[in-house]
Formats: sequence, C-alpha cells, structure tokens
Amino acid sequence: MRDMLSKQAVNLKPSGIRKFFDIVSEMEDALSLGVGEPDFDTPWHIRDEGIYSLEKGRTFYTSNSGLKELREEICNYIKRKQGVTYDPLHEVLITVGGSEAIDIGLRAVINPGDEVLIPQPSFVSYEPCAIMAGGVPVVIELKAENEFRLTAQELEDAITEKTKILILPFPNNPTGAIMERKDLEEIAEVIRKHDILVMSDEIYAELTYKEKHVSIIEMEGMRERTILINGFSKAYAMTGWRLGYACGPREILEQMVKLHQFAIMCAPTTSQYAAVEALRNGDADVQEMRTAYNQRRRYLMHAFQEMGLECFEPFGAFYVFPCIKEFGMTSEEFAERFLNEEKVAVVPGTAFGDCGEGYLRISYAYSLDSLKLAIGKLADFVERLRAEAR
Amino acid sequence: MREELLAIVERNSRIDLKELAVILGVEEIDVVNELEAMENEGIICGYHTMIDWEKTSIEKVSALIEVRVTPQRGQGFDNIAERIYKYPEVTSVYLISGGYDLLVTLEGKSLKEISGFVSDKLSTLDSVLSTATHFILKKYKDHGTILAKKYEDTREKVTP
Repeated sequence: MRDMLSKQAVNLKPSGIRKFFDIVSEMEDALSLGVGEPDFDTPWHIRDEGIYSLEKGRTFYTSNSGLKELREEICNYIKRKQGVTYDPLHEVLITVGGSEAIDIGLRAVINPGDEVLIPQPSFVSYEPCAIMAGGVPVVIELKAENEFRLTAQELEDAITEKTKILILPFPNNPTGAIMERKDLEEIAEVIRKHDILVMSDEIYAELTYKEKHVSIIEMEGMRERTILINGFSKAYAMTGWRLGYACGPREILEQMVKLHQFAIMCAPTTSQYAAVEALRNGDADVQEMRTAYNQRRRYLMHAFQEMGLECFEPFGAFYVFPCIKEFGMTSEEFAERFLNEEKVAVVPGTAFGDCGEGYLRISYAYSLDSLKLAIGKLADFVERLRAEAR
Repeated sequence: MREELLAIVERNSRIDLKELAVILGVEEIDVVNELEAMENEGIICGYHTMIDWEKTSIEKVSALIEVRVTPQRGQGFDNIAERIYKYPEVTSVYLISGGYDLLVTLEGKSLKEISGFVSDKLSTLDSVLSTATHFILKKYKDHGTILAKKYEDTREKVTP
C-alpha cells in the first residue's frame, strides 16, 4: 500500500517525554522525579465503592454523557467551589480522563485554519490535539519573570482575526504556576473584547497552596464561552481510573457528546460509581494530600535555595520548575547527564514546549524520604558541575 | 500550625527539627516552642517507637481483655481503672461504652504469664465482675501503620 498513513499523524512530533521515558526504562535502579501522577493510592472508600459496584453487577454502559448522579454531583461541586451553576442534563459530559475532554472539546469548536492559542510550557497534548482537529496552534511563550502566568498583554499580542480559542492550563503542569483572581480578570477582559472561546484545563484545581483556586468561569461573561475541564486523577489520586469531565455551554457540549458517543460510547462505569463517592465523601482526603504536597513543596524550595538553584515559587500542581541556565547546557543535556551520572530521572523543560529550554520539571509526587534521597543527588551533581566550570 | 505539626510528629517523632520547620514554612524556634508548649500542656504525652516484635527473636504475647466492673460511689470507674493500669504489664486501659466497661491491653512473655495475670490479679480485684481474654494472633495494622506489607512504587518512572 502506497499511502498507508495519515500525513497529519505522521507529522505529529512524538512527545518529548516519551523519548526520555525510553532511556529511563532501560536503567534498572534509577530514582525518579519525573512522574506526573500522585504517589498516593486512591482513598480506600473510593476504591471500595468501585469494587462494590462491580459486585452489584453494575457492569453495563452508562448513558453517553455519564451517570446522572455523577453529573449532578459535579454540578454541586462546581457550585460549591466556584459558585457557578451548570445544568447536569445538558452542560456536563463525563470523559475518559481530562485528556479526552481536551481532544473532543477542540474538535467540537475548531474549523480548518482556526487558530488555537496555547500558552507554553504546558501539557503535551494541546498542540497535537489542536492540529488533529484541523486547527493551527499558536504558541504563547510564558515567561519566568511573570512566574509563568499568562498576561493580558501576551494574550492581546497573540490574538489575530483567526483566533478561535485560548487554552488556559492553570494550575500549570510543568511549571506549577497559578493564575490568581486579578490575573484572570485582566485576561477575561481581552477575551471578551475579541470574542474568543476558552478551554480551561483545571485538572490541578484542588492542588493550590496559596489561596483557593479561582476559575475563569467565575469572571463576568466567561461561563458562556468556556469549556471547563477537570477530572479525578490528580485531586483524588485516581489516574488509572481514567475519569474526567467537561462543563460548558449547551451548544458546545451537544457537539462534544456526539463525538464522545461515536468514539468512546461512555466513560468506564466502575470509575463513575467510584467518582460519585469521591465527590460526596472525599474532601478530607483531598485536604490531607494537599497538606502533604505542600510540605514537600516547601522542602524542595528550601533545598533549591540551599544549593543556589534559581526557582520561582510555584503555588500549584505538584511540580517545581528550576532554572539550570547557569550550567550552559540544554535541558535535555542536563537531564541526560544527571540520569547517567546520578541515576535520577527528571524531565527536561523542553518536553513541554521550546520555551521550557533552560528549565527542568521536578515532580514532588513522592514521599519526603524519596525526595530527600533524590534531591541529595541533585545537590551533589550541581556542585560537581560548578566545580567543573571553575 | 498545631494540627499539622501534631499530624507529622504523630507519625514520625524523630523528624529533624530543622526539616520540620522547612516543611511547615516556619522558623525552627517556633517549632521548638510549640512542641515544648504542647508537652507542658500534656497534649504531647510521649515519643514512642513502633516495633514489630514478630520480626525479632523476642517472644511477646499480647491480649485484649474485656472487663466488667462495679463502679464505686463517688469514684465511678476511675479507682478501679487506676488499680489496673498500675500493673506494668498493662499497656493500655480504656473506658468503653457498650457490653462491658474497661478494655485492657496487656503484654507478656507467654500465654501462661497473661493467663496468670488475669486469674491471679485482675479477676480477684473486688470490683471486677467478669473478664474475657482475647489473644492477639497477628497485627496487620497498628497506630495507622500497615505492618503486613511494604509500600512499593509501581508507577511508570516518567509520565507527562
């Protein structure tokens, strides 16, 4: 067969993380600071609910949009947290992780040639999803001096006639940056002025360490132009359950449900029952995990300070994003040498966009003891590099 | 700070004070003062070590004993509880709601030693009406720590 493959698929750049994963997996006793998922097990009462649903034989498809009780709980949750109301029947869709919601959300609104604004460094799938939806990704390079927040000016400068939607990835993976109320108010003004849509990926919403998470949907006129994405992976340590959701205006959600229906049918039933329990009785678990992450975050910031490694203080997710420009190496070179010499895996900032050059993503989804061990090795490595340079 | 501090030292009382200050985001002197204050107030009553005696060559047997007693006028259960907790082999005494009054936990070198204690010392106390002794066969979890299994990180090493 001559043209076996889709050119568009072939032309997609493979994820920069994948490449690094391959090197690490060949190394048997490597320590890792490269994980993008919680180290906690899913709280037992949530797992128990999943098991119980299996025992009771709830092994069938749910409706395409997902269990009604779960959609209702999600609406209660958003009402409780953000003070914004969604209609559980028409404005909520349960998806296979937040990732699916990103994919079908973009496909639901993009026409060929539409520009998709993607602030980077950010999660690896926005760009390929935008391309596969027929859109044109336009990268906004976030800056360390703004603590990797998106500013109104940066947004304004990136908007053209063709701009359709802005992806808003905060709290951010990989930088740990958050957007506070005044930041959001400023960009909301630009968004309203240019009449564009927003896809707000708030998968790390529960993991902020300053003030309570603020969502763009709370800003005036934003609910009706925003696809809100969240899920259970990070807040409730449920990555393997593959469960997320999207909320938004009915017109958009109707299209998303259609795409979801044809590609997926419905999200896993067992996971949906477990998620109902998570939303009803999981607040204390989230609080406990958040406290633990915050302790580790403070530990890391302190450790960087002690080894003189430049790093802005991030207040979200479970990542820190230290700068390694002083060593005159690319992020990838640094990460590779660190792995080879100290057997510790970190992810080069460039895996999340070219502007991640000069930075590393270090995850603190590890116990304090594991962190101490790995960070001790980082301190040794940094010291050795500095000695070499002298 | 108290609640978070207590949650940490309850699990790890040997944690370094400097590290404690770092992860709580406060000064070391504040941690020291707060711990001392809580010791003085009797909130922190001791710093113990959790030992899985099963893994040592030292023989130990523990038992839970349900005790029914007659409360005394003006004293309630306090007097009899004190008489029981003064025995060094008794590791804890709780006043319990429900079918019996006191739950006593006991540690001894052998079954014989424990049954000896129950029949000679505990049962013969004036206010004790009856006892029921349950020997512990295996400890799966103690003080919030799972003894049966060790944590293993089964995650992929690098994920987005």
